[in-house]
Amino acid sequence: MECPNHIIKLMHDYLDDDITPDDERELREHLQQCSACAHHFNSLKRTIAFIQHASHITPSSNFTANVMARLPKEKKMVRLGRWLKNHPFVTAASLFLALMVGSLFTTWNGEQQFSVSTRENVIIQDRTVIVPKGKVVEGDIVVRNGSIKIEGKVNGDVTVIHGEKYLASAGQVTGEIEEINQVFDWIWYNIKESVKDVMKAFE
Amino acid sequence: METFIKKRIKAIKKGDQNAYAEIVELYKDKVYRLCYRMLGNRHEAEDAAQEAFVRAYINIHTYNTNMKFSSWLYRIATNLSIDKIRKKKPSVYLDEEVSGTEGLTVYSQLPSTEASPEETLESLELQETVQKAIEKLPEKYRSVIVLKYIEDLSLQEISEILDIPIGTVKTRIHRGREALRKHLGHL
Ligand SMILES: [Zn+2]
Repeated sequence: MECPNHIIKLMHDYLDDDITPDDERELREHLQQCSACAHHFNSLKRTIAFIQHASHITPSSNFTANVMARLPKEKKMVRLGRWLKNHPFVTAASLFLALMVGSLFTTWNGEQQFSVSTRENVIIQDRTVIVPKGKVVEGDIVVRNGSIKIEGKVNGDVTVIHGEKYLASAGQVTGEIEEINQVFDWIWYNIKESVKDVMKAFE
Repeated sequence: METFIKKRIKAIKKGDQNAYAEIVELYKDKVYRLCYRMLGNRHEAEDAAQEAFVRAYINIHTYNTNMKFSSWLYRIATNLSIDKIRKKKPSVYLDEEVSGTEGLTVYSQLPSTEASPEETLESLELQETVQKAIEKLPEKYRSVIVLKYIEDLSLQEISEILDIPIGTVKTRIHRGREALRKHLGHL
């Protein structure tokens, strides 16, 4: 049987999913009448199925490691950056030292205003915060540019910046009690605070 | 997905190799598969795929983000595989058109392929027949067939990867299919 030359072309257009409806109709009609072309078309479809079902082999288990070993050495700064990222305490401390120390000297010398972090269950006289006998303060207390006198109880840390702490014999502090009167104490205090924040972010 | 890739590429451009390991993990199977089907040998495929990733890393600054990253990787892997095929073959073979079976019998000595134990003998034989048929294709047909049917890419993507017009991609796929049919169509 004489077959139009373009029938094979139409088969491939069909297989590429790129055929007009008219061409598709012509192809179908021809395939119904011509067993040679029908056979050709079927064997093309079978061939595609074989190729598509070729098993999906995978590379060796150390493929990625081998690639990495073949790469040129990376830059030192990048390694340092990643190391710091993996060591948040060091990062926080060095960031703090690099960026903040300058401004800290300013705040250390400039911020002279008395402040206290809590007003609950405390009495304030002049620049002294008093935790009276029998009273309990829940949480940390930070006093700036003033002193604290503890006769009652503090369930938390007590920090005094630029001031003094007086702990009466009956007074009680469950957490840490700290006096900061040196600029280096102040820096250390800030480092610890920023690290705590970093840690919280990681939790 | 694309944002994940973009972030990694930014880090890689700064020289972060760990970010690159994630990219390798993501694409190693596909790149390896491509090389394997092009080269027909596990050992050579492993080496070629690794080299493709090394080249991509070294040339990451030339990567144009308008292109899909995977397409760029496939381009490197395909070109590398074609280079390797050319190195191990006589050049007369290269320009041979697929017109009849003559052109397909030139390459009769084929490297053996290893099979995983879970494969049955029957399917293993079929796998080998399929792989041999692919390897008998001259590389310009082989690459389009592998990208189309092994990697399951669109004609548009293949045109981009090989940097040839869509019309040429189609012609090569048609000829590749006809050539494969002569080996596989009767099975
Ligand atoms: Zn016909």
